Amino acid sequence: MYLLNRVQRHRVNSTWMVISLALVAFLPFLLFIGLYLKSAMLLRDYSLFDLVFSKIWKPSSGQFGFYPFIVGSVWVTMLAMIITAPVCLLTAIYVTQYTRKFVLRIMHPAIDILAGIPSVVYGLWGILVIVPFISRYLGPWLEVKTMGYSILAAAFVLSIMIIPFVLNILIEIFKAIPVELKEATWSLGATEWQTIKHVLLRKALPGIIAAFGFGLARAFGETMAVLMVVGNVVKLPKSVFDPGYTLPALIANNYGEMLSIPKYDSALMFAALLLLVVSLFFNLVMHFFIVKFNKY
Amino acid sequence: MKLARKIEEKFFKALMFLSTVFILIILAIIIYSIFEKGLKSISWEMITQIPQGGYYYGKGGGILNAILGSLTLAFGATALAFIIGLPVALYLNVFLVRHKKVITIIRFLLDLIWGIPSIVYGAFGFSLMILLGLQTSLLAGILTVTLFILPIMIRSMDEILSTVPIGLQEASYSLGSNKSETAFKIMTRQTVSGIITAILLSFGRAIGDAASVLFTAGYTDHLPNGLLEPVATLPLSIFFQLSSPVAEVQNRAYASALVLTLIILLVSLFSRGLGKRYHKTKINF
Repeated sequence: MYLLNRVQRHRVNSTWMVISLALVAFLPFLLFIGLYLKSAMLLRDYSLFDLVFSKIWKPSSGQFGFYPFIVGSVWVTMLAMIITAPVCLLTAIYVTQYTRKFVLRIMHPAIDILAGIPSVVYGLWGILVIVPFISRYLGPWLEVKTMGYSILAAAFVLSIMIIPFVLNILIEIFKAIPVELKEATWSLGATEWQTIKHVLLRKALPGIIAAFGFGLARAFGETMAVLMVVGNVVKLPKSVFDPGYTLPALIANNYGEMLSIPKYDSALMFAALLLLVVSLFFNLVMHFFIVKFNKY
Repeated sequence: MKLARKIEEKFFKALMFLSTVFILIILAIIIYSIFEKGLKSISWEMITQIPQGGYYYGKGGGILNAILGSLTLAFGATALAFIIGLPVALYLNVFLVRHKKVITIIRFLLDLIWGIPSIVYGAFGFSLMILLGLQTSLLAGILTVTLFILPIMIRSMDEILSTVPIGLQEASYSLGSNKSETAFKIMTRQTVSGIITAILLSFGRAIGDAASVLFTAGYTDHLPNGLLEPVATLPLSIFFQLSSPVAEVQNRAYASALVLTLIILLVSLFSRGLGKRYHKTKINF
């Protein structure tokens, strides 16, 4: 029935397993080395400091300043986090502490659906709903001139996109806190909100920081949805109603012409390398917060 | 003092309630606006025909090329990721189950990879493609998307495999089976539903992601024919149609978005339903 006997099959299977494992374990290093080699050409001719802090982006004349893109990315990400963080934190506390189980049973599929919607669809929704809302209502109401395609629009769409991600982690964190801890506080006469404020939040702090950090890293690398609503103008934004440009959008928009201009491909790979390093760094740091949370 | 405390409690409780409702309302708005816009412009022609000449200026045709392309690409990538991913997840939970430190490190690495944005995979896949001398093609797209969904696949399988009590493995050894037999014949059977969920989850990710296929899979108006030909994908077809100035083409983007959303909703519904069906093979402890 089988071509090989049991011992031989065992050997084949285990070798296959080890090879797969090695491939996966080396993947981050492979990504880093690959992108580094590609961007080495750019790094040889320009100093890292110049690339990151120079404001002029003219690939055709050999000027590669990533500052506007980095600033755009940071603005969009930070703004998105400012919207997401309180909403997620409050919701997570509400569904784990205050309500009965069935609310959680409603929220779980809702979170799953939000997490499943592809980023292009989020972008399309942003164009349909958020961009007109900003240009027609919010802009005139605050008396600012805006196209609608702006940092704010991107941040808002992004904040919705990372809600399921952050909320999931937060719910897990709050579920992991032992109920005895709360009972001890109640027995001292504390109200529910006092328990949450003084005990729960303090206990969960490393976990909360980690959840926000993971969300931040995710938001920083999000491409399509942001690209579709951010406006894509290479200029330092003065307000959140200005259009901007982000690092992932830069890569995605210019892949077509990158082989026609010298060093352009190297520059785009450098942008990808930046994204990789930022994402790895954030995830690394946040992982230690999770370890800290689990410790006690 | 007491009153202030009461007001504070009430205030925050109301705020929490509002934020929960906010999330649900946003979800409802998203679903509503996609269905409302999409249903208006979707037609039988759209999902059964490929683009005809002048499609992007509002002439006839459909997005069958993108639907089939996306499905092919996602199937291929999911299959490849499964072939690499299942052994890794099994290796962690059978061979390395006694080495907690090694497992922790590998899980940590996997979580790191999971966090890498898909555009980075796209860029990496593109440089890999040039290195190997490939054109934008189905194969390059599959390879890139595989890398992208690997950590998702492995971690969700690992999550379910790690819940299997070690006694089951020991029972299997006591009957004389070796480690790989235990892994492939016992552990997989015990966790079928979880594995299927993991596969469907990865499939959903694979079909919805645009940034990683933007560089590698290319775009074409033809049906996918062959691994080395470029292939159209749904997310990209939405993106391209939306950037057209013609209103009619934009409407088609809404219809395409509806198709993509429906596929993903179906997949997630499926994974919920299937999970319950395969309880027969499971031993309860």
